[in-house]
Amino acid sequence: MPQDVFAPWTDPNEKPIIQFQNVTKRFGDFTAIDDLTIDIYEREFFALLGPSGCGKTTMMRMLAGFETPTEGTILLSGQDIAPVPPNKRAVNMMFQSYALFPHLSIWDNIAFGLRRDKRPKDEVSQRVEEMLRLTRLEKFARRKPHQISGGQRQRVALARSLAKAPKLLLLDEPLGALDKKLRQETQFELMDIQEKTGTTFVIVTHDQEEAMTVASRVAVMDHGKIIQVATPADIYEAPNSTYVADFIGDVNLIRGKATGKDGDRLRIAWAEGQPEIVGTPNREFANGDTVHFAIRPEKVAISSEKPDSPNAIPGKVHDIAYLGNISTYHVELAGGQIIKAQTANNRRISRRSFTWEDNVWLSFTDTAGVLLET
Amino acid sequence: MRSITNFATTLVIGAAAIYGVLSTYWFLSTLSGPGFALGFASVAGSLTKFALQAAISVAVIYLVWKFLSEDRKEPVVKNLLIGTPYLWLLALFLVPFVIVLKISLSDTALAIPPYTPTLDLAAGWKGITDFFSELDFENFVWLTEDDLYWKAYLSSLKIALTSTILTLLVGFPIAYGMARAPTEWRATLLMLVILPFWTSFLIRVYSWMGILSQEGYLNQLLMSLGLISEPLIILNTNVAVYIGIVYTYLPFMILPIYSALEKLDGSLLEAAEDLGCSRLSAFWLVTAPLSKQGVIAGSFLVFIPTLGEFVIPSLLGGSKTLMIGKVLWEEFFSNRDWPVASAVAVVLLLILVIPIILFQRNEQKQREIDG
Amino acid sequence: MRRFSWFNATSLTLGFAFLYLPMVILVIYSFNASKLVTVWAGFSTKWYGELLQNDAFLDAAWVTVKVAVMSSTLATVLGTIAAIVMIRAGRFYGRTLFSGMIYAPLVMPEVITGLSLLLLFIGIGLDRGVLTIVLAHTTFSMCYVSVVVSSRLVSFDQSLEEAALDLGCSPFQAFRLVTLPIIAPAVISGWLLAFTLSLDDLVIASFTAGPSATTLPMKIWSSVRLGVSPEINALSTLMIAVVTLGVISASIISKRGAVKQQREEQAAERAEAE
Repeated sequence: MPQDVFAPWTDPNEKPIIQFQNVTKRFGDFTAIDDLTIDIYEREFFALLGPSGCGKTTMMRMLAGFETPTEGTILLSGQDIAPVPPNKRAVNMMFQSYALFPHLSIWDNIAFGLRRDKRPKDEVSQRVEEMLRLTRLEKFARRKPHQISGGQRQRVALARSLAKAPKLLLLDEPLGALDKKLRQETQFELMDIQEKTGTTFVIVTHDQEEAMTVASRVAVMDHGKIIQVATPADIYEAPNSTYVADFIGDVNLIRGKATGKDGDRLRIAWAEGQPEIVGTPNREFANGDTVHFAIRPEKVAISSEKPDSPNAIPGKVHDIAYLGNISTYHVELAGGQIIKAQTANNRRISRRSFTWEDNVWLSFTDTAGVLLET
Repeated sequence: MRSITNFATTLVIGAAAIYGVLSTYWFLSTLSGPGFALGFASVAGSLTKFALQAAISVAVIYLVWKFLSEDRKEPVVKNLLIGTPYLWLLALFLVPFVIVLKISLSDTALAIPPYTPTLDLAAGWKGITDFFSELDFENFVWLTEDDLYWKAYLSSLKIALTSTILTLLVGFPIAYGMARAPTEWRATLLMLVILPFWTSFLIRVYSWMGILSQEGYLNQLLMSLGLISEPLIILNTNVAVYIGIVYTYLPFMILPIYSALEKLDGSLLEAAEDLGCSRLSAFWLVTAPLSKQGVIAGSFLVFIPTLGEFVIPSLLGGSKTLMIGKVLWEEFFSNRDWPVASAVAVVLLLILVIPIILFQRNEQKQREIDG
Repeated sequence: MRRFSWFNATSLTLGFAFLYLPMVILVIYSFNASKLVTVWAGFSTKWYGELLQNDAFLDAAWVTVKVAVMSSTLATVLGTIAAIVMIRAGRFYGRTLFSGMIYAPLVMPEVITGLSLLLLFIGIGLDRGVLTIVLAHTTFSMCYVSVVVSSRLVSFDQSLEEAALDLGCSPFQAFRLVTLPIIAPAVISGWLLAFTLSLDDLVIASFTAGPSATTLPMKIWSSVRLGVSPEINALSTLMIAVVTLGVISASIISKRGAVKQQREEQAAERAEAE
């Protein structure tokens, strides 16, 4: 698994390719990027994830050179890129709309950037052929953009932005226009191409699944700030805030107060007359501190008898969502809070274990959840 | 078979309707004409005649409609709908052209109408053959012999071409500025371009006469600024004609270019810059080719009507300004040489066919790209 | 893109100055007291007074309005029918010729249209006067109406008509109750276009009008050929004022309608959200 080995951000000797240093960008009164500092390393597949308006596109446009930071500096390979215009940057961008030139053939679109560099003719055609092969577009070279499908257009846009072999490739919602199935295929294709070319990719997306699938690291953004930067697994298993936990995947959030410690375990009181939740904190909580307990539905087990588990809470089945591979039970607790529990349907049984209004027990281990401050 | 009966029914209804309309017109024209002065008897007479004709026409339409089976009504209505504008255009657009063509092949004569031959149907077949045998291409030969005509055609082409280029040079930056203007401004700017369309063409041309004349506002301004000491002679020269054409046809150039530029996706320009273009080369490599259709459409919209322009050269041009529209007008009204005027019109039309077909092709191509 | 760049601002300013300055000068000098049009001799409205006493101009204006109303109404009816035929009738015998005849007058030089119609009227022995001008104007302006209306018909969702038929309308009712209200704005602008084309026309009217009828453009023409005159300046100012008021109020009305519709849509969405 290259993913496990590839972790330049843990190596203090590694030089980052991009450095954002206290970058702020304001449009009039609106602050799009707020004092942001981040390092991105060579060969990374870095995802900027967040809802629309969180500043992720502004970050990307600053890298491409279409916006300049109001404050702070952006370094590319250690050099300030502020004075470099977009056409002189070793950075290329794949546009959300693809921005394919409608009057040029696929071949000419891919050759466009190479020709601007005044490269010799045979070098241009060699490189274009190479790109066409890479993106499996050889057959469509002579067509115009409106004569090919959406998925093919997406590949042309990728080929065109890769043709100049940029140090850094920016992808703005690259798969946004594709339907779900094609999008999933293309995600793997993107990863494949990224590995083959060894280019650093920075992708902007609002689709958390896409970010999780393709990226080596994900930066979750909100209101111009980066909330958390981590590998997809860490983002999912160890979110640093309820915002991240809630944004990525499905989560149950229970708000309570720390009441005491049992060794490295922390007890949380969360509702009158209910058993306390026991969790494992990764930071210090004093007694009486507010704690947000976050647990993924698939880590919550459901049973009819009270199980022998550090955490067992009674409740009543409120709703059932059958999704084929899994079922999600919405269980109402005594205080009215709804907790989601997921079970994998790994046996083909028509018999449903539980049905509406059944009294059930929810249980989870004392390491299954994450304890968050905010 | 069905369609033939439908067609016949349509013809009957249509003929009755036309008969009714014509009799109404005749009646109204006797009322307003000298008939009214002839006294009560004649008015009463024409009224009876009109009542009879109107009754016939209404009765025919009513009866045919009444006895038409339900499933025939729709095709007959459809035929009538197609037939009305069709006949109108045939009678008032196509037939007049055939007449122009015919007269262009006739000879000038001191008669009313001032040409020969006239078709004498009363003489039967012989009348028709005589008529055709007397038609010839003499007028067209004449057009090649007198250098006034081919010089006028050439000079019209030259003036139309030059002023199209000038209009493009003036219009493109305006269209570009409009397309790049803030969104909330665009509707207003567009209205400001369209507004002169609605103002009288004649007045717009006329407004330049006061500006360009020898003691006009432009000369007054330039002299008071001390830029010139002698008034410039602009009015009654080709320069004035160019100014007039650029001025009046500018909206025709701006609008298609604007609509092409407005559709242009801003990210295409960013993509070009991202791939290494400077602003200027992005303009030549992306903006220019993508606004090509608009430029072509605008150029034809200026070139085609300018070629046959009459008002501008007559008001702003001088005696040396030769344009074929003016020649035709003078040939007709001053020389009363109808056959030559017709021949001039036929040749002008033949010259126009080429740009019109090219324009149509361009529009077709545009539609294919859009669709 | 947010603000005007200096290049765009300059080209727009110069462009619109070029488009409007001549007319502004014309308007200003229509209030000139002097008979010499190019010399300013103080403010006066006397040329307007003289204009209103000039019977020849008033007669010509009356003829022009009569012709314009009749021809634009006829042209709107015929042009709308022609548009419906072009878009909806499918294939029929001579369709190519028909569409050719619809589009050709748009690019035809006025001198040719005028000449050919005149020769027709003489050929069939029709006395030239108001009627012949109306016929001529109707013929070329119906083509403009048909272009305006058919562009609206193309974008019109045909399933609306089908829904009307499905709900029990006869084809005529479907047209009257559904199609016509929807294409009405295009029909109205077609009428306005035909009206101004007719008001504006000099060349075709000169050919087809006999000695018995003179339109305003013909009257203006015969007087401006002799040079600039203060009366014509006053007349032009009046015409410019009417057109400007008309166009601006029309655009305000249509903009209000659009704004109102947008507001209502937003209100409806908000109501649904709550």
